[in-house]
Amino acid sequence: MIQVQNLRKEFRIHQARPGLGGAFLDLFKRTYRTVKAVDNLTFSVQTGEVFALIGENGAGKSTTIKMLTGILTPSAGDIRINGYIPYKQREEYVRSIGVVFGQRSQLWWDLSPLESFRLLKHVYKVDDTEGERWMERLIDELDISSFVSQPVRKLSLGQRMRCEIAASLIHKPRLLFLDEPTVGLDVLVKQKIREFLLKLNETEHTTILLTTHDVSDIEALCKRVLVMDRGRLIFDGQLADLKEKWGNGTQVSFQMKKRTTAAELRQVLGRMPCEVEQVNDYSLLVKVSHREQMLPYVLSTVMASFEVSDVKILEASTEDIVRNIYSADSEVASHG
Amino acid sequence: MAKLYLELIRMRFLSMLAYRVNYYSGVVIYGINIGAYYFLWGAIYGENGELGGLTVAQMTAYVAIAWMSRAFYFNNIDREIAEDVREGKVAIEMIRPYNYLAVKTVQAFGEGIFRLLFFAAPGIFLISLLIPFRFPATLNNWGLYLCSLVLAFLINTQINLLTGLLTFFLFRNDGIIWAKRVIVDLFSGLVLPISFFPGWAQTAMGFLPFQAINYYPSLIFTGAISSGRSWELIGLQVIWVLILLVPITLLWKRARNRLVVQGG
Repeated sequence: MIQVQNLRKEFRIHQARPGLGGAFLDLFKRTYRTVKAVDNLTFSVQTGEVFALIGENGAGKSTTIKMLTGILTPSAGDIRINGYIPYKQREEYVRSIGVVFGQRSQLWWDLSPLESFRLLKHVYKVDDTEGERWMERLIDELDISSFVSQPVRKLSLGQRMRCEIAASLIHKPRLLFLDEPTVGLDVLVKQKIREFLLKLNETEHTTILLTTHDVSDIEALCKRVLVMDRGRLIFDGQLADLKEKWGNGTQVSFQMKKRTTAAELRQVLGRMPCEVEQVNDYSLLVKVSHREQMLPYVLSTVMASFEVSDVKILEASTEDIVRNIYSADSEVASHG
Repeated sequence: MAKLYLELIRMRFLSMLAYRVNYYSGVVIYGINIGAYYFLWGAIYGENGELGGLTVAQMTAYVAIAWMSRAFYFNNIDREIAEDVREGKVAIEMIRPYNYLAVKTVQAFGEGIFRLLFFAAPGIFLISLLIPFRFPATLNNWGLYLCSLVLAFLINTQINLLTGLLTFFLFRNDGIIWAKRVIVDLFSGLVLPISFFPGWAQTAMGFLPFQAINYYPSLIFTGAISSGRSWELIGLQVIWVLILLVPITLLWKRARNRLVVQGG
């Protein structure tokens, strides 16, 4: 459905010289710096997938989405989505997609969402009876019927965002782009939106791409994750693999019945490549990096050698992983 | 597509109605302008029966109709495009399956019709009570005038589109927008009929599209020229519409490639 090959986008940024003299010089001769916002991006997506594009601010996510939606023209590379080349066949292509920009409203500020929906139905030439039924379903499932005829400026952010999502789906697109859809929303609204999106994906097989900084969005919605860093794709795969790659591994916390030192535990575990940490006299922490192979061995060995009163297995959360990725040096990340 | 355009015109109409204070103050400003020019030209004519090929009566009619034509062709889409680009709203416009410039033109048309009905029509009626004023005698002349007026709208809108499109390259072009406004008002014959300019200036202006915006339709309205000459002027307007399409198309293509969406 989506095919992206060696996609690249460069911006020329005017470099202002410092000071008054510099500003004067800038009047006559400007210097520019070329910035690679997106560098050699390649991936493909199947129909019906829900996947997330994550990365730090400035990693190139938004630029990528803008190229995928046909707004920006790539500097180089190929994009093919739904059989169209977005930036070349924009007007035909955008009929098959829906877009929500979390930071930018597509509803008319002074009019009610219902009026906006009406206009959008004309824009997309939506068939009247079927379109009406679909719209009613959207209004019902997003639970917006109580405020859909109030002017947009009187709606709360959560109410508005649900209307934005309805607006982006008026023409029943096969592909939905969500650019930070849950920024600034409370937990309940987030929950509602996620449930709606999952149901949409299930019943209509809508392909959904979202960019987000909210890790819980990814965990709730996506199986597949793309991670971008400084314009490059540094990871493309399942959420579970992401944990494996960037997680700190699994930690096992043992509560002993007798005083035990880290050295004693270490001795029992022999040359197993794991770290042992003393929390207090009775409890110890073992860090295991490869869960499948080592966890059973560590558990059985420790249980056989000591009297254990309690065991806790602590898994790295996606949040930790994302923090690891963002804070990792890009050199390490790109080889890792 | 026609349905969409009708809907857009309707929406623009509604939002014009929503800003009523703007509307009333507009009527007052137009009244003051026309009154001022009426008395000014009265003083300039003094004892003279005819100046620059126009009689006093034709002149007053010219002033009134020039301003009324302006009510129809004038719009702010250059400013709107500039705002769309500066605030990054252009991103939303680009995900819609329509031509951005065509939609802007249609919206301007909605605004024009609103002003024509609620501004110009009552205005011209009031003025015809106060100052000696003659409407075109024949239906034919009315037709010619309306034809010319629509073309004037198109040319002015095209110039606005060009000015607005420059924002894609300059990011801030308030200065150019202001300069354009003054130039159009002066060179279109709104402030001064073209026949009053010195000969060399008239020749130079013959190579510019501005007089097709106001001077031509106003001339047709006053009945100072034959209907053959009227058709000639309308032909010239059509040519200008076609010529102006070229830079707009080129600039739009380049703008699409250079587009930077401001603010994330």
